[in-house]
Amino acid sequence: MILVMAGDMAPRSWTLAPGSGRALDTTRAGERNGGGARMVLEEELATLMASAQGGDAVAYRSLLKACLPVVSAIARAQGVRGEAVDDVVQDTLMTVHRARASYDPSRPFLPWLRAITQRRTIDRLRRAGRRPREVNDPLAYEAEVDPGPAPGQGLEARDRAAALARAVAALPDGQRQAVEHLGMRELSLDETAALTGRSKGALKVNLHRALKALRASLTQEKE
Amino acid sequence: MPGDGSRASCAMTRHESLVEELAGRLDPVRPLPSPVARAALWLGAALLLGLGLAALAGTGGFMLRMRVPDLALAALGAVLTAAVSAFAAFATSIPGRSAGWALLPLPPLALWIGASGFGCLREWIAPGTDIPGGHTVTGCFSFLVCVSVPLSALIVVMLRRACPLRPNLTAALGGLAVAAAAAALLMPVHPHDATATDLLIHAVAVALIIAANGLAGGRLLSRDARLS
Repeated sequence: MILVMAGDMAPRSWTLAPGSGRALDTTRAGERNGGGARMVLEEELATLMASAQGGDAVAYRSLLKACLPVVSAIARAQGVRGEAVDDVVQDTLMTVHRARASYDPSRPFLPWLRAITQRRTIDRLRRAGRRPREVNDPLAYEAEVDPGPAPGQGLEARDRAAALARAVAALPDGQRQAVEHLGMRELSLDETAALTGRSKGALKVNLHRALKALRASLTQEKE
Repeated sequence: MPGDGSRASCAMTRHESLVEELAGRLDPVRPLPSPVARAALWLGAALLLGLGLAALAGTGGFMLRMRVPDLALAALGAVLTAAVSAFAAFATSIPGRSAGWALLPLPPLALWIGASGFGCLREWIAPGTDIPGGHTVTGCFSFLVCVSVPLSALIVVMLRRACPLRPNLTAALGGLAVAAAAAALLMPVHPHDATATDLLIHAVAVALIIAANGLAGGRLLSRDARLS
């Protein structure tokens, strides 16, 4: 993360240049991009903070605004995401306000700010860790089998039963009796023979022909 | 995404209003003195207490005991432990200072404990030394606790002026400083050589003071994000 000074107007403001995932590693950034910018930034922030300790509200406002992107970047680098970043920023600003007397103007400002931000980030992450979280698993939800009947299942079953009844009714008497007694009512050959007065052999032939005819008629109907 | 954009602008508004609020309530503050100066201030208060006690108890016996090498070393260890622990506590109460300062009291602590332990060994080798009875032991214990209370209160007040980001560590260091200072202040009024019982009482009192500071002080020193 590279700190860039924007403009020469006072009060100055700083923005964080995008492109690096590591937040505010000013030491390394300074070494790569020339330590001058970092040194100037440190001096500016230290001067602003010293003025703020003396009660200069304008300097304090500029300082806090300059801190906003810095604090956000540190929080993100430590794994805070989304709205929690803004909460860390708020917590850090309030701690900076309360602890402003502990800043020594003869020392660099950014390590002081970084220490406060990291501690507030850890506090936030701990609080978030203790809170129960909703587990959202879209894949498992899609793969979930619904134990109840599908919509329209009853209508389909009724249509199939009506079609079968029509096909059976259209069969010749011998075949129809064989299907009704042997197939639908699940009677034995002996019982069916006694009921209908037909021989068992005739019943078998009728059942075979009936099933063949039904298969043909229902297949045709489907097509 | 439009949702992200509106969230970001909402957050910026929140931050800007907080910045305005904080800038509006800004009062001038005096930067805290360095940890060395603050530790010296606290030690000065402890020294005043010690001078008062010495005036009450007299220093004749104390000067005599200080001729015994291990007692003198134990006293030196206690004083050094108090000074270095106080400095470490004040250093760790400043944001951005290394937590490694917490290791600094270990050498004087070793000297203090080692020299006190040597007193036990001497008692074991040369029996017949005056061994304190139960009444004296209770007196020593009460003395340590009574001296510790005002010193603890003072160091907590002083530490709270900074911003201890590791409140438990800072409180434990403060507790060690208080315990060592109390043990050092006990020496002028302590009528006995060190013995095993004596060392045990010291250890229990020191552990109690550190634990009390660590537990209560951890809460006393922790600075949450609420505005006061």
